[in-house]
Amino acid sequence: MASYIVKRIIRMIPQVFLISILAFIIIQLPPGDYLTEHLNRLRQSGRQQDEVEIRRWVQMYGLDRPMYEQYLKWITNIVFRLDFGYTFQWNKSVREVIASRMGYTLAIALFSAVFTWVVALPIGIFVAVKQYSIADYFFTLLGFIGLAVPGFLLAMVVMYVSYTQFGVKVGGLFSVEYQLQPWSWAKFVDLLGHIWIPIVILGINGTAGLIRTMRATMLDELRKQYVLVARAKGLSELKVLLRYPVRIAINPFISTIGWLLPWFFSGGTVVEIVLNLPTAGPALWRALMGQDMYLAGSYILISGTLVAIGSLISDILLAVVDPRVRFGSLEGQ
Amino acid sequence: MSRVGSVISGARERLGWRKESAEAKEERFYRAGQWQLVWWRFRRHKLAQAAAVVLAIFYIIAAFAEFLSPHDPLYRYKQFAACPPTGIYMRDLSGRFRAPFVYQVVRTRDPETMRPIYKANAEVTAPIKLFVHGSRYRLWGLFDCDLHLFGTEDPETAPLFLLGTDSVGRDVLSRIFFGGRISLTVGLIGVAVSFVLGLILGGISGYFGGAIDEVIQRIIDVLISLPTIPLWMSLAAALPQNWPQLRIYFATTIILSILGWTGLARVVRGKLLSMREEDFVLAARLDGESEWRIITAYMLPGFASYIIVSLTGSLPGMILGETALSFLGIGLRPPTISWGVMLQDAQDIMAVAQLPWVLSPVAFVITAVLMFNFLGDGLRDAADPYAM
Repeated sequence: MASYIVKRIIRMIPQVFLISILAFIIIQLPPGDYLTEHLNRLRQSGRQQDEVEIRRWVQMYGLDRPMYEQYLKWITNIVFRLDFGYTFQWNKSVREVIASRMGYTLAIALFSAVFTWVVALPIGIFVAVKQYSIADYFFTLLGFIGLAVPGFLLAMVVMYVSYTQFGVKVGGLFSVEYQLQPWSWAKFVDLLGHIWIPIVILGINGTAGLIRTMRATMLDELRKQYVLVARAKGLSELKVLLRYPVRIAINPFISTIGWLLPWFFSGGTVVEIVLNLPTAGPALWRALMGQDMYLAGSYILISGTLVAIGSLISDILLAVVDPRVRFGSLEGQ
Repeated sequence: MSRVGSVISGARERLGWRKESAEAKEERFYRAGQWQLVWWRFRRHKLAQAAAVVLAIFYIIAAFAEFLSPHDPLYRYKQFAACPPTGIYMRDLSGRFRAPFVYQVVRTRDPETMRPIYKANAEVTAPIKLFVHGSRYRLWGLFDCDLHLFGTEDPETAPLFLLGTDSVGRDVLSRIFFGGRISLTVGLIGVAVSFVLGLILGGISGYFGGAIDEVIQRIIDVLISLPTIPLWMSLAAALPQNWPQLRIYFATTIILSILGWTGLARVVRGKLLSMREEDFVLAARLDGESEWRIITAYMLPGFASYIIVSLTGSLPGMILGETALSFLGIGLRPPTISWGVMLQDAQDIMAVAQLPWVLSPVAFVITAVLMFNFLGDGLRDAADPYAM
């Protein structure tokens, strides 16, 4: 088990390395130098920047150095000092901006995952047991629609309906009066009143997919002979279900932890922008619109790394649950 | 023997054969080529067939958008800005039934909010005609023409806006038709690029194996683990603002296919690896066939159907990707018309509440994506006709 985990972690290192190169390419992509761009903008708005300050920035990020040195500088700053660079748009360090927002993003992703599992698990088992029933067709249809409708379109429709029908403006995570207040019980309650909308919207796509996977695996397992044996032993139907086929069919759920994260980052970004949430996605969007590339690159790097960690965790969990994974070669998956 | 017989009869049931003489059925099953079997299986998937028909209609609309749309998608009817969908009537004031017609539209303003209010003037009617002469266009840049499938004679006073107009008075339906041209082809071109990349890289990976395989697989690992939309957003935002529309369009398709090839490469590699061990490949090799011929003539036909499935599966994602990027203002930009660009108008919920019909591209996007999903499902079932 330990050797499996070590092997798996070693395999993660080049992966994160490649992600960091990709993130750096993204930082370099826009034509022109973002610092010059920024200084031009400042000059246009009539503000004079301190020459010393500018030279400090140029030196800090090695902008006068060749590309690979810039990359090394950038990555060493991140690895040793957790310094992701500076965002001119926010006038803060990238770390500050992302730290204040990534928490909400992860919280929403986590709760969406929980929502997905809580809804998909029982429904998946149920429709597999009652194959070809009305409920089965209903959820199959619902699943198709849930898969096809992207979160941000759903979010737009939800906003439209709630605004025109109930006069409620959906959006944000807090009511206006709580936005700038320190944390309190009332603010927390206010948060709960808002946060369920993005959670449900994001969860619906995942739920639709998981119900289908769950149904398919359960159907495969239910046909196997060990189920027959369990029934022959005289176990109650519920025990037969929960003790054997469900335990195997649950594997996809565990492996989803790995892909749920990229999935929520991906689909979530646009949903967060539409719903105007104080999360990381909208910050990325603003950064891209303003060519604030350090923020954008860091976002790609951080979310990519989180995803790599997520899939590491789900691989380890999978190995714990299913011994076959542990003993199979790493290539097997 | 009996087991083989039951497997064959099972396959026949699945293929939905009608009652024929037992020998004739078996004869047909054995003589049918792979594609014939695929087709038979696909024919059983009613939902996928219906989806194929709907998609065909969508693409026909996109191809003949100039002729099918009643208005010029860029023309602004200043007197009809933010006009709701036009009502079509069959019975006039005197209660007589007539061919479908519309009333003349008169604009007034709400005295308080100054918003335009459109009222029908029941005195003047205009019949909806087929093959009316309207705005001039060049179909596919070849034929000068001013014929439209349907519309009214005088759109300046009695217009036909089936889905209303947007805030500057452009016909939403016509824009949806033209937008389909971009939104539905972005995926096709993206898929074509993914196809080439996936085939080449997957082929190299599966054929050479070893270190090259390892490198390509690790790159695919990384690309798969990246969150798609943020990556697309970053790349699309880096496109220079001053590029011409066409170049932005192609750059967008390439961005959309940057991640798309990975799935296909995996499929190709896996199939190549497993097929190398098959007897028919060994036979071909013993026969003295060249490696190139073994791959192209013996192995490729064996997994061509999987390629098609994999490609169909990646289309909806690309369509949604273009929609999301353009919606956010970092993909295609006006005056290019795409469904995502149209939805930019719907970003402000207060504005949408005033003219909800600008949300109608949503229905088209969802329909297209749903139909591609159904089609992909049917193709997946049909792709492996020998599976029992």
